[in-house]
Amino acid sequence: MLVWSRPGRIVLWLVFALLFSVLFLAPLAVILLSSLADQWNGVLPSGLTTEHYSDVVQGAAWKAVKASLVTGFLAGAVALVSGTWAALALRIQDATLARVLGVLFFIPSAVPSVSVGLGLLVAFSHPPLLLNGTIAIVMAAHFVLISAFTFGNVSAGLARLSPDFEQVASSLGARPAYRLRHVTLPLLAPYLVAAFGLSFALSMGELGATVMVYPPGWVTLPVSIFSLTDRGDVFAGAALTMVLVAVTLILLLGLERVTGRQARS
Amino acid sequence: MADAAVLPAPIAKKVPGRFWIVPPAALLALLFFYPLVLIVQQAFMDDSGMANVGEFVRVLHARFFLNALINTITISVAATAGCLIVGLVLGLILAFVPFPGSGVIARLIDTFIALPTFLVTLAFTFLYGSAGMLNAGLMEAFSLQAPPVNFLYSTWGVVLAEVTVYSPFVLRPLLAAFSLVDRGQIEAASVLGARPFRIVRQVILPAAVPALIAGGSLCLLLTVNEFGIVLFIGAKGVITLPLLIYSKAIQESAYQVACIIAVINIALSLGLFGLYRFAAGRLGA
Repeated sequence: MLVWSRPGRIVLWLVFALLFSVLFLAPLAVILLSSLADQWNGVLPSGLTTEHYSDVVQGAAWKAVKASLVTGFLAGAVALVSGTWAALALRIQDATLARVLGVLFFIPSAVPSVSVGLGLLVAFSHPPLLLNGTIAIVMAAHFVLISAFTFGNVSAGLARLSPDFEQVASSLGARPAYRLRHVTLPLLAPYLVAAFGLSFALSMGELGATVMVYPPGWVTLPVSIFSLTDRGDVFAGAALTMVLVAVTLILLLGLERVTGRQARS
Repeated sequence: MADAAVLPAPIAKKVPGRFWIVPPAALLALLFFYPLVLIVQQAFMDDSGMANVGEFVRVLHARFFLNALINTITISVAATAGCLIVGLVLGLILAFVPFPGSGVIARLIDTFIALPTFLVTLAFTFLYGSAGMLNAGLMEAFSLQAPPVNFLYSTWGVVLAEVTVYSPFVLRPLLAAFSLVDRGQIEAASVLGARPFRIVRQVILPAAVPALIAGGSLCLLLTVNEFGIVLFIGAKGVITLPLLIYSKAIQESAYQVACIIAVINIALSLGLFGLYRFAAGRLGA
């Protein structure tokens, strides 16, 4: 305990409560409130309604939820396979090369998402690789943007694995493929789940690259939230934002329970 | 793809399976590095395919570009400073003056990392917008005709939104660093009569410097690249580099200008990424 006097501690806690409520609690609370607001002309809404949610579910929103979920799962799965593959393959390169390639795999996380979208438009708008206007270009953009995070998470997990298990397996005569399937990957599983959860959450909230490349029939949640609020339909936008937050948090909590169970068993 | 051939390693025979790195590297080369090369190529070439830096120089001197560059840097530096201050204050209280439930609160702030950034902007329009709660309250209380609080549609609105979104990125490494500070040392110092402020300055802060540098440089990088917050605020006067790339490419179909701005934005980001890697490397050492 740094501060011993009770008044001193209470002052600090009040400072914390103020910062926390202004910066974190108020935004979440107000989004929730506005998604339920009937009319809002004063300090507080005049009444509450679930109308925005039913509008959103009946309208194009359901398609947006589907587009976001499919994009998140597919891009996340490809990023997980490619990131795990890269992290495992880097372990058998020599040290200098592994370091250089490691940085290359991280670079997509440093490039602005809008530029990633722009690059895909420039590169894939002509045959033979015509992706512009297809769903594939959205997947590609999401994959590029989340790949560095999956790679980073899996690499961090690999670095933390005790080498003993793998050495024991090898010395008992396990071939590399058997060792990978029955020793390394199971040990790595919690990190793989965490990496997938993070990349899924990132994909669900991705806006910059998607807004550059999305085809008319594949409007993700963030893009449709933007077009709703841009049209002035802020309450529907807030309702759809709550849907996005709920879907993301439910999935993250679900994945956390899966990892928790694995860790205990 | 021709570009994929650049990445694979020089060949050495001693380790089997070195080529396993090729598939993921080739995928990234095709979908990321190849488009990146094309952006650079488009930035320095005219329509006939000849190298031409004239357009590049013209954009570099254009008013709209310089404004966006200045806005981007101002917002990024101000937001990072804000994140460091907020992160430090929250972190110090969470780590050294804990209260019942502070663990839960710390995890709650951490989940903000997983939420979309534009959520905060949308919330801010309800809170501080011209028809938001704060303005409505003030106008009612003092019978004002016009909304008195207008900061949301300026640079400061973007800065406040970015502080909210990115201070968890400072808080996370900071709490990790604080957990390593020797509690005995703090208690000894305070028993010997050192005041809390002095303990923070002389014992806690030195231990937190690497975390502050790593978190701060990550914030610089993320705020330079931030797009959703600026797009959602939609203020005419607040245009940043990513927003300029979007409006040039999508709204004006001026792809070459978009590529030129993207080259500069990417160069800026990669510089900050280098700074972050350097800082994070020192943190690990």
